[in-house]
Amino acid sequence: MIHTGRAVLLLVRRNLRQHALSTIATALSLALAGGLTMAVFVIEGQTRAAFSGGLGFDAVLGGRGSPLQLVLNSVFHLDTSPGNIPWKLYTEIRRRPYVEAAVPISVGDNYLNYRIVGTSLDMFEKLNYQPGRRLTVAPGGRLFDPDLQEAVIGSVVAQRAGLSIGSTFNPYHGITYDPAQRHDDEYVVVGILEQTNTPNDRVIFIPIEGIFRMSGHTLRGDGGEYTPRRGKPIPDAVKEVSAVLLKLKPGQPGFHLFQEVNRQGRVATLAWPIGSVMAEIFDKLGWMAQVLRLIAYLVVCVAAASILTGIYNSLSARRRDYAILRALGARRGVVFVSIIAEAKSIAALGALLAFPVYAGILLAAALVVREQTGVVLDLWVGHPALWITPLAMIAIGGITGIIPARKAYATDVASNLAPLS
Amino acid sequence: MNVIEVSELRKSYRAPDGTPAPVLNVPRFNLAHGEQLALHGGSGSGKTTFLNVLAGILLPDSGSVRICGRDISTLRESARDRLRAIHVGYVFQTFNLLQGFTALENVLLAMSFGRGASRPRARELLARVGLADRADYRPRQLSVGQQQRVAIARAVANRPSVILADEPTGNLDRANAAAALALIRELCGECGAALLLVSHDSDVLAAFDRTLRMDELNRMEPVVAGAGR
Repeated sequence: MIHTGRAVLLLVRRNLRQHALSTIATALSLALAGGLTMAVFVIEGQTRAAFSGGLGFDAVLGGRGSPLQLVLNSVFHLDTSPGNIPWKLYTEIRRRPYVEAAVPISVGDNYLNYRIVGTSLDMFEKLNYQPGRRLTVAPGGRLFDPDLQEAVIGSVVAQRAGLSIGSTFNPYHGITYDPAQRHDDEYVVVGILEQTNTPNDRVIFIPIEGIFRMSGHTLRGDGGEYTPRRGKPIPDAVKEVSAVLLKLKPGQPGFHLFQEVNRQGRVATLAWPIGSVMAEIFDKLGWMAQVLRLIAYLVVCVAAASILTGIYNSLSARRRDYAILRALGARRGVVFVSIIAEAKSIAALGALLAFPVYAGILLAAALVVREQTGVVLDLWVGHPALWITPLAMIAIGGITGIIPARKAYATDVASNLAPLS
Repeated sequence: MNVIEVSELRKSYRAPDGTPAPVLNVPRFNLAHGEQLALHGGSGSGKTTFLNVLAGILLPDSGSVRICGRDISTLRESARDRLRAIHVGYVFQTFNLLQGFTALENVLLAMSFGRGASRPRARELLARVGLADRADYRPRQLSVGQQQRVAIARAVANRPSVILADEPTGNLDRANAAAALALIRELCGECGAALLLVSHDSDVLAAFDRTLRMDELNRMEPVVAGAGR
């Protein structure tokens, strides 16, 4: 058997070489299919993980509306805010014994399309953006002074907007950049955050007081309209915030709070738990991933079929060779196995080439996702699809080889040995 | 001791209309160890079918065909393949080299089904047939005479007990034919293989001490070859 193994190897090598063009074309189509399949799985897995898990806090309190919109806006800095809630809700909830940290945020301004978030120092000192990870200022910078017009900016903002420590900028009203909406207030950058590979990299943090006092802003916390004046303290009653990020103590406080805010209250929404709120979006969009996967599987099937037809069509030309081999003493099994091995080799080549295709697709997708959301997809994070797909491709290749292999297996030796006239 | 012992061999093909068309009726045939015999006869007299049966490529309808003492009709197909790989070397009129493989690989492949592939021995064999410098050539790059020498080297690669040669000089010119014939006979002598050669070339037949007409063999009455041992 060792010896026939060598014969099979010789046969496979020869056949692949003799049909090099079809081998390469088939392997390339398999590579495309395999790369696509792996990319679909990995992109879906990683975006789902980035959006629905791994946050360092539990809930978001915000204006009455969709919890999904609230989370997208306050955590991922996408979409628009569902509306503001009175400052009073924030001060009340931060005093609850089961609240470990409550961080207010106020949104609605931008600088060159980078969103400006007004917040308290608790954002950096008490809240983890991911378990065990805090937003930290890179060496050479510091956190803003809550009473001054200072800003701490994300690393992507620093790179793309060309801001560095000491730079000054004027915020623009709204979440999209419009030169006509320039505020008169000037902010100075005092710190740049370490890169987090999260949407925080694309955010400019300023003191929440700065948002309140921004020229042209009006506060409606008490139902009326209040315009802050320089040097005069703002009454708590008129202040308002877009959302409060909440870290709760262990136990079941989230459920009680959820009941209280969502069932009884009329002004606010509690998005809790954040993971399941975000999972909702993936469940809603699940059919899309399903369709993509289906397309990938179909492409795999089409590519596998081309292995079958490629080998099958070349069989008549090879029939004499198989008859000669049999006359030399090769068992039928050798012929059969050599064709299965040939099909598997083409599939294996395709599986190998699928990795650069996968890397290409993922890098392109990562660019888009990062540009749109700030979430960074990592090419090197393992996913079961990265080994299941190549193995499955080789197995499918072997299976498609069975049909031509059976035909070759049945080659009649005597009639195919007859001299060619 | 006989390498081949045939008795009461019958073989027929099925005609297109479904009726059996008898091809072989060989009451008795023996070939002794190391013996060299030439078989001749008109086309359609069953020569190639007879060789295919002896090689275990075709099964007889009835009767017994023993190769090195083993009755091929009682063997499973894989055992017949193994028997053929080890004990039978086949040389064809059309050479039947595997295209796409080098001369060396053609010999190695035959070895791999038989007693095991050995690159040095394969090279040695090619040198023996005068093709030391053509080992890495493919069949298309060789002359017909060279191709037949590769086929001869391949046939003896497993040190078989018998070489079956079907019109081995049929596609060669006179000079090449004589050389190929001499080579086959020498190599059979060297490895102790018997030779059963089919030919209709009178020059070839003249070289053999013993020849047998196909119609003497393929008849109802017993015909004994190989001095009845």
